Amino acid sequence: MTVIPTKPPTRRTSAGGWDNFQRRYAPYIFISPFFVLFLIFGLFPIIFNAYLAFHQWTPGTGLGEMKFVGFRNFADNWTDPTFWQSLRNTAALAVESGLPQHLIAIPLAFAIHTGLKKAQHLITAVYFLPYITSVVAISVIFFTLLSWQYGVINAILGALHQLPLIGGLFPGEKVNWLGEKSLVQPSIAAVIVWRYVGWNMLLYLSGLQAIPGELYEAAAIDGATKSQQLRYITLPLLRPTIFLAVTLSLIGGFQLFEEPFILTNGTGGTSGAGLTTIMYMLRTYVSYTEAGLAAAMAWMLFVVIGILTVVNNLLFGRSGLAGNEGRR
Amino acid sequence: MKIQRLLAVTALLTLSLASAQDKTVLTVGVFPDLDSVVKAALPGFYKLYPNIEIKINSLAYGDHHNALTTALSTGKGANDVEAIDFGYVAKFAEGNGMTDLSKAPFGAGAYKDQFLSFTFPQATTQDGRIVGMPTDIGPGSMFFRTDLLAKAGVRPAQMNASWESYIENGKKVVAANPGTFLIPDASEAASIILRTGLKSGDGLYFDKTNKVLISPSNPRYVRAFTIAKAIRDAKLDAKAGGAFSPEWTTAFQKGNLATEFSGAWLVGHMQNWLAKDFAGKWNAQDLPGKTFASWGGSFYGIPAQSQNKDAAWTFIKYMTTDKNQQVLAFKTTGAFPALKAAPRDTVFAQGVAYLGDQKARVIWRNAASKITPIDVNKLDSVAEQIVNDALTTVLDGSKDIPTALADAQRLVERRTR
Repeated sequence: MTVIPTKPPTRRTSAGGWDNFQRRYAPYIFISPFFVLFLIFGLFPIIFNAYLAFHQWTPGTGLGEMKFVGFRNFADNWTDPTFWQSLRNTAALAVESGLPQHLIAIPLAFAIHTGLKKAQHLITAVYFLPYITSVVAISVIFFTLLSWQYGVINAILGALHQLPLIGGLFPGEKVNWLGEKSLVQPSIAAVIVWRYVGWNMLLYLSGLQAIPGELYEAAAIDGATKSQQLRYITLPLLRPTIFLAVTLSLIGGFQLFEEPFILTNGTGGTSGAGLTTIMYMLRTYVSYTEAGLAAAMAWMLFVVIGILTVVNNLLFGRSGLAGNEGRR
Repeated sequence: MKIQRLLAVTALLTLSLASAQDKTVLTVGVFPDLDSVVKAALPGFYKLYPNIEIKINSLAYGDHHNALTTALSTGKGANDVEAIDFGYVAKFAEGNGMTDLSKAPFGAGAYKDQFLSFTFPQATTQDGRIVGMPTDIGPGSMFFRTDLLAKAGVRPAQMNASWESYIENGKKVVAANPGTFLIPDASEAASIILRTGLKSGDGLYFDKTNKVLISPSNPRYVRAFTIAKAIRDAKLDAKAGGAFSPEWTTAFQKGNLATEFSGAWLVGHMQNWLAKDFAGKWNAQDLPGKTFASWGGSFYGIPAQSQNKDAAWTFIKYMTTDKNQQVLAFKTTGAFPALKAAPRDTVFAQGVAYLGDQKARVIWRNAASKITPIDVNKLDSVAEQIVNDALTTVLDGSKDIPTALADAQRLVERRTR
């Protein structure tokens, strides 16, 4: 990689300034696009948001109208019942959508890794498809499926209800999947699970592929069954991957916005059962025009995610990562 | 060489400067369909004001208002004239982003009497600044399917005599036409009743002294919630949520709705895409319970940062106070004029083809003249959201009406200071 200067000294004196400049600053210039973009689109918004959180400001009034209010925005959110409701909804949705994601993805990845080696790429691609599908397409599909009066699921359930003998197992009346208070969250969670199982499966699959095959061979020789292999070899060695995947799900789950926003038409659903914190933050900014409150809310959510990540670290992170490092 | 080039450049500069002095270039920010109104207005406007050149910057509805928010926040990038939809006008009225048109040299207050009385208060702030001139409105109307009513033997007049009569006869209509619904969403009835019987000087949610009017002891709120709940409990509504939701759209397209309350502009949507197959079967009449309400409307305002305020005002004055222009706008997009003189034009006496040649415009003209002004409050959008949320908790049975209203009152009160 190192370039040995073989140029004659005469040339060096003539173009020495440029050469020196290049030698000294070229690396910085090459790396600068990232830093410039990061400063403008990454760091600046974060700092501005922190500044905004301590001010009262209505977007549209000009930056000069900002008024310093200290911690009032934080206190206001702290005493706002709707903020807490949105946090509870977010937490509930994170659990309802997060747990099944991993409980499906781990066995699925294990099955694909051990049993379906030949079709692995095709199956992975199929499961990964929802993750890269556009949100608009997803919303159209799930409205067609979940619509109360005109939905495919209700049409199927209605047809099944007509069947003799087992017909009684299915509801006779149409189910309002997105309009019933108790069904809004499970319906949203189902869409999220459908969308992210493939992504998690991919993470776990790469985690599984990193586990040396000799371990399984040795265990098989010792007479371990497939389920014993899963329990005593795969899961413990998969711990770092679980930590990563759960952390990503946690952050994603608490920043949940697209799916509930689309499925409830931005209203948060009946009784606000599908109102997540990010949705409430957007509402505070766009429709309540309280930029400071919204900014403070973002920081409060950041703290919540931070705490949960630490908890997650204590559960999955320590031993898994420690074991990993020890092995190296 | 150099000198020659310099001379050429100077000559070019002087030329362009000279032509710039001849013509003021006025940028106008609009959204569809208002952009077609402005386009249609240009020939007439140029005839009167050849010195002003209009440049139209049209963006999608949401993008237009977002861009305007950004431009006003940063003090850069706004057009000389900006169209503002009713839903945003209160938001832009706050702060000093928009020019106060009540002051000299504009004196918009002098034109107040030429416009329908409810329009000016919508664009007037609590401290008396006028941030926009009204251009079009959406007089509220009850649309109904004549064939479905006839099948149930219900006369249209029975449907809008009172809310009780609406529900009673609505049950008959739904019973006679299986698979249909009386109304897309029960909450629509509540929002109309909330606009009925306001004391003078009261807003929807606040009175003049910023006192919150939402309360379990306010009969207006109790009645609004009770009627909506009665509609939901009788299984008369399609639970479609707000207008233009997928469920709402599908119900319309399948022809499963017997009535709908909306602005007169809904006819345009119905005939173009929403209920194409049901031309001639829909009719219009006044809202139930002698209510006259407005659905939306548009305004033109001048951002404070504009460098061409005089020309901008000339343009706005032409668009809003010129009778022929207001009639032309109505002919272009069907946007109902805010100017009182405009609906006296003969075009308003003609039948509406989609509504089976019913002379609906006369009904709308009368309705528009009866809409009473409602005082605006800068917290209206907050209160509206909270009241709507409270209504969903009543409709789905998780709270009773007094509890829901008391909770909503508390939530709104903690926002006032």
